[in-house]
Parts: sequence; structure tokens; C-alpha cells
Amino acid sequence: MTRKRKRLYLLLLCGLGLGSATALVLTAFQDNLVFFRSPSDVMREAPGPQRAFRLGGLVEAGSLTRSTEAGRPLARFVVTDGAAKVPVAFGGVLPDLFREGQGVVTLGKLGPDGVFQASEVLARHDETYMPPDVADALKRSGHWNPSQGAAPPASSWNTLQPGRGGG
Amino acid sequence: MIPELGHFALGLALALALAMSGFGLVGAHRGEARLMGLVPPLALGVTLAVVASFLCLVASFVVNDTTVSAVVANSHSAKPMLYKISGTWGNHEGSMLLWVLILALCCGAVAGFGRTLPSALQSRVLAVLGLVAVGFLAFILATSDPFSRVWPPPMDGNGLNPILQDPGLAFHPPLLYLGYVGFAVTFAFAVAALIEGRVDAAWGRWVRPWALAAWSFLTLGIGLGSWWAYYELGWGGYWFWDPVENASLLPWLAGCALLHSAIVVEKREALKTWTVFLALLAFALSLLGTFLVRSGVLNSVHAFASDPARGVFILGLLMLYVGGGFALFAWRAQAMAPTGVFAPVSREGALVLNNLLLCSVAAVVLVGTLYPMFADLVLGQKISVGPPFFNTATLPLAVPLIGAMAVGPFLPWKRARLWPALQKLWWVALVALAAALLCLALEGVRVGPALGFFAAAWLILGAKADFAQRIGLFSRPRAAFGRALALPRAAWGGAMAHGGLGVTILGLAGMGLAVDRLALLHPGESVDLAGYEYRLDGVVDAQGANFAARRATVEVTRHGRAVVTLHPEKRSFPLARMTTSEAAIHTTWLEDLYVVLGEEREGGVVLRIHDNPLAPWIWLGAGIMALGGGLSLSDRRTRVAAPAAKAPALKNPAVRA
Repeated sequence: MTRKRKRLYLLLLCGLGLGSATALVLTAFQDNLVFFRSPSDVMREAPGPQRAFRLGGLVEAGSLTRSTEAGRPLARFVVTDGAAKVPVAFGGVLPDLFREGQGVVTLGKLGPDGVFQASEVLARHDETYMPPDVADALKRSGHWNPSQGAAPPASSWNTLQPGRGGG
Repeated sequence: MIPELGHFALGLALALALAMSGFGLVGAHRGEARLMGLVPPLALGVTLAVVASFLCLVASFVVNDTTVSAVVANSHSAKPMLYKISGTWGNHEGSMLLWVLILALCCGAVAGFGRTLPSALQSRVLAVLGLVAVGFLAFILATSDPFSRVWPPPMDGNGLNPILQDPGLAFHPPLLYLGYVGFAVTFAFAVAALIEGRVDAAWGRWVRPWALAAWSFLTLGIGLGSWWAYYELGWGGYWFWDPVENASLLPWLAGCALLHSAIVVEKREALKTWTVFLALLAFALSLLGTFLVRSGVLNSVHAFASDPARGVFILGLLMLYVGGGFALFAWRAQAMAPTGVFAPVSREGALVLNNLLLCSVAAVVLVGTLYPMFADLVLGQKISVGPPFFNTATLPLAVPLIGAMAVGPFLPWKRARLWPALQKLWWVALVALAAALLCLALEGVRVGPALGFFAAAWLILGAKADFAQRIGLFSRPRAAFGRALALPRAAWGGAMAHGGLGVTILGLAGMGLAVDRLALLHPGESVDLAGYEYRLDGVVDAQGANFAARRATVEVTRHGRAVVTLHPEKRSFPLARMTTSEAAIHTTWLEDLYVVLGEEREGGVVLRIHDNPLAPWIWLGAGIMALGGGLSLSDRRTRVAAPAAKAPALKNPAVRA
């Protein structure tokens, strides 16, 4: 086999590899991209019940109730960004750093009854940590203006809620 | 006094590294032996200075010197000694210093062991390593000085994040960095080869051991990190396709491709340009990993601080080294004339296929990791790409890769026929098929685990068949033992690493069958999972060294016979104001019984119970892979001096270029 032809084969093979990788990425993207939505986004345009998405915001102070359904623990709480709120149901162990009044990101689907059925609840490792998605949602809902300094510590968020919550 | 010494040593190292780069590049270009002679001693000087600086930082942590701000932020006098020492690199400043320390040790190793290298090549390699060191030393001195003081000193430090206080995690960063930085050496060799315009078997003989060592350490580091996530985070998972994990997986994939193609360069002098490209790529991905983890772009346990200045600085370094390397590649790559010729179906061809597939997997992972950031910056969309994406996108590429992995070693160099190789593997395929069918019969129609068991049997037995064939176990069984002893250790290592991946896949397939259950139990109540009965005896208070805990006692029985008593805990660290769950794990090697204590209410507790079949084999396999790499490193070939052939060509690179 001549060198030229060998190179051609190699290039074809490389193209094949790259092409299949691209095709795989695109098809996988189509089904598996998970969008982040704040409660205001959900209020404006509710995603279909088939579509999984991440709902992020603050856990409304005093909204957490725990119960047991058929031997499984069930937690209910409300996620708010100050402008809108979405009730969430989660059948599992809440993470150690889950706190009322603090930032949370949940993954799941919106049920037909308007309750977000979470399959995962993420509260990160540090109590001063604000998930960037949540920080962004708070900025958009007018709860935090970055030009007026850093975000207030997460533990003080619940004191900001009562005045502006609801709606 | 000690912190100032450390700071001074860092500055000294920067100056020495700068001198080393200058002398090395100029000396090699002009062919001046005197200038080139200065380079190895300078490299040893850099090594000594950085080691001294690092020891100063360790000393500050050990004596808990609260005038040093890094100590205040990350240490506490009540911490056990192991975590005082590991706390040195458990923060941004210290971990960057560790990075540079390992780079400096690599410089020292190239200077010390590289006497048999052609001196121009050695000078250029050290010069490039020096340039990398200059960048990162400048980064430390400019943006993250580990020795900065605070005044007045506080009474004591703030302590280390409790989930980082773990023996597994004490060794995770050094191992990972040994891997990352090891690719700096192959990068330096690649750049030196591009400057010289030539790559030969001697170059391959030098690059392969470095790639192999870096890859083995990276394997161990990733394995350890995954194991830590499994037992410490208490989610029962071992790999989350988290961007930080992907950041370490990417150089691993590229390095895996590199060490395979370096074999071709060494043995057959083919695929030279491609190998140089992979060496650049592996280091580029290592730097990308460092950037992702250290810049604060990602928010995770690994991101210690989000300081934009640091991110911009590392991004600058990344663009400088990667951009420079690839620009040089574009300019000089034609200079390297390919010599070895091979047919598509041959050992070389199989290795090309391996490279292609590994690079495709790396490309998929890279896109999935970076796309959310890209979408946020450019499109303004908040998107996350989770495990389902990575699983669906990488599986179709992993299947042919694993299929070819067992066949490749049976193909001879240069020209081969597929059929005889497949004939030697028919019994392997049969057993693998039986394993998959058994899985389907026992567990119902679940494609993932069945495929996993097939792949595991195919790889493990394929490695065995390869080994048996090399020692002639079936053709001449009497001489087999002697042949096994005489077999080069690289062959042992290769078969072992391939088998090790099979063992890991066995664990992954088992974890595909994992089940878990959540239950609210009162003392005396019990719950069944996977044939075991878990009975809660009670929950009591317990006191640890620097934490208070709630401790549950769970009796596990099987068919009425006691198996084990597990004690899952919930620990609260008053100093860090944090609560962590300590999972209780009992392993039978066939499965892990894994219990996590949840919240307490209504006089009972919530227990999350997992039954994870074959889980320990995931990390055992990683250990076997790394061991295979180590065995291959101890091969006689890599210890014996590479011949300094073709010396005249070195004096005048332009002739070849």
C-alpha cells in the first residue's frame, strides 16, 4: 500500500471517529440536557410533565414538613426566588446541609398538580455557599444587586423573605 | 522566620528556573556544550529550592503557626497530625505549591537520570520544564502566596473542612498531581522534539516510561478519589460525571492513548507526529483540569476560593503553554518524516484504533464538561449535563474499544490477519457470552449490567489468553514456567493492566445491579433488602476527637444468622458548624452492605440501605491497572540506557528540518 493511500485511510478513519463522536454528542444532548429554571421561570412557562429540569432557589422559611408515606419518608417544602414559589415533594433523605432559608437546587419533574416531584436535592458542602444558578435567579428577581456588594450570607436570606415573599 | 525562608526559596526557584530555560534554549540552539552543561545543575537547584519552600510550609502547618494566613484558614491545633500535614495541600495555595513541587522533582529526575540523553535534547526538555515552572511559580508568588502573614495572629485556626479529614483524601491530591505533572515531562519532550525536528526510537524509549508513570499515578489518584466519594459522601455512588472528576478523566484518556502510541514509536518508529500531538494534548488537558479546579469556575469541594485574578492568570498560562505548543506543532510537524510502514490490520493498526476511540471518548467528555460553561457565557442559558448524557454518549465508543482491547495483543506487528487472532479467543468469547446470559437469566432483561459482565469476562480472560499464548502454556506446557519468568515485564504489565480494567468493569457491572431502600425505623423494627434483614437496635450519642455524633446500631442477619453489626453515624463538627454522615459499610467482596443514617423523627430514624454487588472490585481494578503500569516501568528496557545514536544530526537540526 502506498503511503499516500495509507494516509487517506487514516484520515478517513479519523473523520469517522470524529463524526461518530459528534453524532453521539448531538443525539445525547437532545435527550439529556437539563435546564435550570427559577420559580419565576416556571410560573411564566411551565415545562411539560415529561421534561426533567433543575429547580433552584431558596427554601422558604417555615415551609418544610416531613411525613411518612408507606414506610418511606417524604419531605415537602417550598422553593422561592422572592417573586414566585413552587411546592416541592421529595421522597428521600435530605442532605445534611439542607436548611430553611438557604439556597437549594433540586432535580426532577413538574407534576400535573403543580407540585415539583424531586428525585434529587442538592445542598452543597458549605453553609455560606450560594449555588451560582440560585445567585443568578435571585439577581434576576431583584433580590440581590451585585453592584451593591457581595451577596448577603446565605443564613440571612430567610430574614429577607417575609417582606418580599409571596406573589 | 520559617515562612520568610519558604517565600525566599520560592523566589530563588523562580530565578533559577528562568536561568535554566534561557541557558537550555540558547545553549542547545548554538550547540554550546558549556551552556548546556549548566542546565542540569540549575535544574537540581530549582528542585532543592522548591523542596525547601514546601518543607517550610509543612513546618508552619505542623507547629500550627497562626501568623500564617493559610494555616489560620485551614488548620487547627486540635487536628490529628496526619491532617495537619495533609492540610498543607488541602487548600488552594498549598496545593499549587504541591503542583510546583512535583514539577520540580520531575526536573530533578530528568537532570539526574537523563545523563544518557543527548545533551541538546536534555537541555531543551529541561528548558521547557523550566518555562512551565516559571509560569506556575509566578502564579503562586503573584496571586496565591502561601506564606503571607496575618497580624495580630488569631488564637487558633479555623480548621479543615471535615469531609476532607480522611486518610484516603490525604493522598488523593499528591497522586493526582503526580499524574498531571508527569505529563508536563512528556510535553517537554514533545516540544523539544518539535524544536529539533526529529523523533526516533530513543525519544520513544524516554517518553513511554514518563507517560506510563504519569498514567499509573493518575489511575491511582482517580481510583482513590472515587473510593473516597463512595464511602465518605454517603450517596452510595462512585462516579458522578462531575466536571471536577471529568477534569482528571480527560488527561487519563489522552495519557492512555499516548502511552500506547509511544510503544509504536519505540518499536516501529511510526506514528511519530501523532504521538507528539498526543503528548501536547495530554498536558493541555492536565492544565485544563488544573484551570477548571483551581480557578473557581466550578463550585465544588475542590474549589477552595473563587478569585477572578487567579482564574485569569491560570487561563493565561493555559493559553500560553497550550497555544505555544500547538503553534509549534503546526509549524514544525511536517519536519518529522514517518518511517515505519504498516498494514491497517496489524498491531500498529490496532493501536491506532485504540487511540482514535480513546480520543473520541475524551472529545465527548470534554464537550459535555465545557458545554454548560459555554452556554452560560455565550448563550446565557443555565444548563447542566448529567450522567445520562455521558453514559449514552460514551457507551457506543467504549464497546468497540473494549472489543478491540482483547484482540490487539494477539496481532503481530506490521501485517496481521484478523482470523487467526480471533480463533485464539473463541473460548474467551464463549465464556463472556455465558456470563452475560447468566446475568440476564438471574437478573432479568437489563442490558447495561449484562454488557458489563460480557466486557469484564472478555477483558480478564483475554488478558489471560494473551499471557498463556506468550508463554506457550498450551503449545509447550513444560517450558511454560521458564518462559513466563523470561517474559519481559512490559508484557506482564500490559496483560495485567488490561485485566485490571476488566476487573473495574466487573465492579461497574455489579454496581449496575445495586438496589437501595429508604425506611423509617423505630428501635426493634427491621427491614429486608436483597436477602438481608436489617434491624435497628437503637441510636445513642457518641463523642469523637473533634466532633459529636449520633450513632445507630444496626444488626444485619441473613436467614436468621447474624452477619455483622453496623454503626452508621451522623457527625457534627462544632468548629466548622457542619454535619456529615458517616456510612457504615461491610464488604463480603461479593457485595457491600452500606447503611446511611438519615434524620431522626417521631422516635425513629430514617435509614438508607444500599446493597452494592461487587463494588470493591472497581477500585481493586484501578489498583491492578496501576500495578501493571508499575510492572511495565520496571522492565529492563526502560532501565537500560537509551543509545545516544545519531549524534551528528543533533548539532545541526536544520539539516533534518
